[in-house]
Amino acid sequence: MSTTTVAHHEEHSDHPTGIMRWLTTTNHKDIGTMYLTFSLVMFLVGGAMVLGIRAELFQPGLQLMNPDFYNQLIGVHALIMIFAALMPAATGFANWMIPLQIGAPDMALPRLNNWGFWLLPPSAILLTLPFTLALFGIGDGAIATGWTFYPPLSVQGGIGVDFAIFAVHLLGVSSVMGSINIIVTLFNMRAPGMTLMKMPMFAWGWLITAFLLVATIPVLAGAVTMLLTDRHFGTHFFDAAGGGDPIMFQHLFWFFGHPEVYILLLPVWGFIPQILQTFSRKPMYGYKAQVYSLWAIGALAVVVWAHHFFTAGMPVPALLYFMYSTMAISLPLAVLFFCWIKTMWKGSMSFETPMLFAVGWIILFGIGGLTGLVLADVAADAQYHNSYFVVAHFHYTLFAGGIMGIMAGVYYWLPKMTGHMYNEKLGKLHFWLTAISFNVTFIPQFFVGLAGMPRRIPDYALQFAEFNMISTIGAFILGFSQLLFVYNIIMCAKGGQKATDKVWEGAEGLEWTLSSPPPYHSFNEQPVIK
Amino acid sequence: MQVFKKIGVGLAGLLASLNVYADYSWNFPEPVTPMALDTLHVHNKFMIISMIIFFAVLAIMIYSIFAHRKSKGFKAVADKAPSTAVEIFWTLIPFAILLLIDFVIMGIPAYHSVVMMEDTRDKSTMVIKVTGSQWRWQYEYLDGDAKGIKFVSNLTTSDDQLHDKADKGENYLLEVDNPLVLPVGEKVRILMTASDVLHNWWVPQFGSSRVAVPGFIRETWVQVEKAGTYRGQCKELCGKGHGYMPVVVNAVPMEEYKVWVAKKQEEQKAAGEIKEMTKEDLVALGKTVYEKNCAVCHQVSGAGLPPAFPALTGSQVALGPVFGEDGKYLKDGHMDRLLNGKGMMPAWKATLTDTEIAAVITYERQALGNAATVDPIVQPAQVKAARE
Repeated sequence: MSTTTVAHHEEHSDHPTGIMRWLTTTNHKDIGTMYLTFSLVMFLVGGAMVLGIRAELFQPGLQLMNPDFYNQLIGVHALIMIFAALMPAATGFANWMIPLQIGAPDMALPRLNNWGFWLLPPSAILLTLPFTLALFGIGDGAIATGWTFYPPLSVQGGIGVDFAIFAVHLLGVSSVMGSINIIVTLFNMRAPGMTLMKMPMFAWGWLITAFLLVATIPVLAGAVTMLLTDRHFGTHFFDAAGGGDPIMFQHLFWFFGHPEVYILLLPVWGFIPQILQTFSRKPMYGYKAQVYSLWAIGALAVVVWAHHFFTAGMPVPALLYFMYSTMAISLPLAVLFFCWIKTMWKGSMSFETPMLFAVGWIILFGIGGLTGLVLADVAADAQYHNSYFVVAHFHYTLFAGGIMGIMAGVYYWLPKMTGHMYNEKLGKLHFWLTAISFNVTFIPQFFVGLAGMPRRIPDYALQFAEFNMISTIGAFILGFSQLLFVYNIIMCAKGGQKATDKVWEGAEGLEWTLSSPPPYHSFNEQPVIK
Repeated sequence: MQVFKKIGVGLAGLLASLNVYADYSWNFPEPVTPMALDTLHVHNKFMIISMIIFFAVLAIMIYSIFAHRKSKGFKAVADKAPSTAVEIFWTLIPFAILLLIDFVIMGIPAYHSVVMMEDTRDKSTMVIKVTGSQWRWQYEYLDGDAKGIKFVSNLTTSDDQLHDKADKGENYLLEVDNPLVLPVGEKVRILMTASDVLHNWWVPQFGSSRVAVPGFIRETWVQVEKAGTYRGQCKELCGKGHGYMPVVVNAVPMEEYKVWVAKKQEEQKAAGEIKEMTKEDLVALGKTVYEKNCAVCHQVSGAGLPPAFPALTGSQVALGPVFGEDGKYLKDGHMDRLLNGKGMMPAWKATLTDTEIAAVITYERQALGNAATVDPIVQPAQVKAARE
């Protein structure tokens, strides 16, 4: 055994085939592919759930499901989309592209990398298993508290809550391991000559994300563990009758939950400028300003958490502090928007699918950002809070700002990863269908929210009927357009027009100096950055 | 076709919402309290600023997208490294504008609104207590002539309407049996709490919303300026009945309010009297109480929704003894379960009167397919004794 290992060690190309290749791989490209595939599958699972939700909301009255099952769908939809679709997609890109972009042969901790990925499928099973168990009469279904686990409702809930707590534990462990790996890789394995301030923007976005994850995931893990002991071991952390406080959970949860928003977005803010510069054929504007802004947002992210529950009751000074600090985030974010648009300005632009997604992303994410600014206002928030206005707002930040950003990245790097060009026509069709149906889905939700429709209700008053109907139609078009995306990816992986090494005319960076697809082991000799 | 028309209306509304005086169906509903009015102004102002920023930036982007295209032969113009002075200018000017917008134009009105919102005591003339419980609101008047008035407010929309078996009424899901009644023009301080999980008492036209936290008192206030009926909903996810606990407030002129208070005090006195009742009377009253409060979980038929909500038909609790040999109620017996609850089952002692508890226990023992032989009926006097 040892002799064969040694013999093949020279060539650096020995690896098991079939299922064992994927189970045992420590190769950053394999692991990246697994993360991205997992993310795509879970995106479809979470999307199928939301189509169930939107179908129920198509018209007033209960047609398809009981309220309890409805509550399970909304919570699991959110947990899956956040933890099992968006975060793994970002981690997948990090695995694939960070070593290529900084000229490293692999991630610094390859075995940890493998472990980090293989924790994900069990946690996805934990999240969805209660649905199946309920069919056999075990328990009463999945977590029905929304993704936020608020006690006392979550203390009251069934085994679905326990499954979700353990799923979050595993996902948290996986995220922290991934983050440590990225931090260590970025600090130790950059090509000679690549100082921190020469790092690609994507690496910067991920570095800050990784620090945020390491800082906040343990708080979430602690909070849900306290919930677990409240549920089963008679503690009273969140029970007023025993001296606890249910609102304390909200503080702990959102101390993680708000940075989480930036954890989802910072990697995207990293590669969007790279896409913009590629298709504008001119270097990105304000590299330093962008890096400093990313840091500023990362720092502000951990000190604004209480704006998620202004209506829970807080002293006036606390309300004012959280309002003004939240508004302050608009300053660095505005710098970023300025730099992104200035990168496009007077470039020589062409609009291939990644560029379409990137530009659409700026506009739609802008709506998410501006509505976030008005949400910071405490008085108006009394109206917005937990209404559909908030639902629309965070889908502009997380679907448009997160998932559409990820899609831009997929189209941008897919030719590099597979060595084939995707179908450009289908890609463009996918973009337009997604962008238009997304707005048809969520613009009406702003209006019903302002008019007074609360979120997380399975049925609604008649005055909201028309807008909900439009929203559901939009959601179904949006959902089914994603099949084009899947089809395009599969066809591109299978074959198609050969991609050149550089793929895009204006592409800059180390990943474009390698062949497409890159060799299984790349940068065995470190490139030197001048 | 209807749908396309609605989409058209939607797009038109999007444009109309640029206007401060936009149709309210696209915006907050008509405000009827000083707080809601203030909130609407702040909201409109912020929205206009946001829209101006959005459309200005969008215009710049669209211009660039059309002008700076490779297909039109536009050659990229490299950004020159800015000189320090230019750099400082470009950095400071947008920063200054944003600081002004965030902390002056938006920040100062926001500050005043917050202070106003949190000032529950100044000039308030009456206090009420609102308790959220799964899945109904309870109201209690704490001072003045109305002191001691206490009632529960339940959804009255029928089960048939929920399941599309009957036509939906105008106020579908937003109608209750006992609305809260408030006098017009008075500043009412509201103390908020909950008996089980978090709830949130929200009437959009009042502009106030506050989470009801079990074990804690939170405060807010309303001062309704215009007589009318106002409707809202719970807006904190509180379990499967979250969509079914509406808030309805009748704001009436002072004179009318006083008449209502007198009438309500009278009614409550009558209801509080303990008298011997026949089995038939208890079962008849019990049916109403049961269907209003218990049927959400245990179902109208008594079949429940196992495993979370057990069946009452054939249940040991409903058929077994209520009282022990010493005449006191048994732990985990029918009376204990009603008064004190257990797990998901809420405690009803604060919500229902002695007569109502006696009636619902009797109903559960003698109807729903049950015919208990031990302790077949429970009298209001026994409930009264059990509480003590």
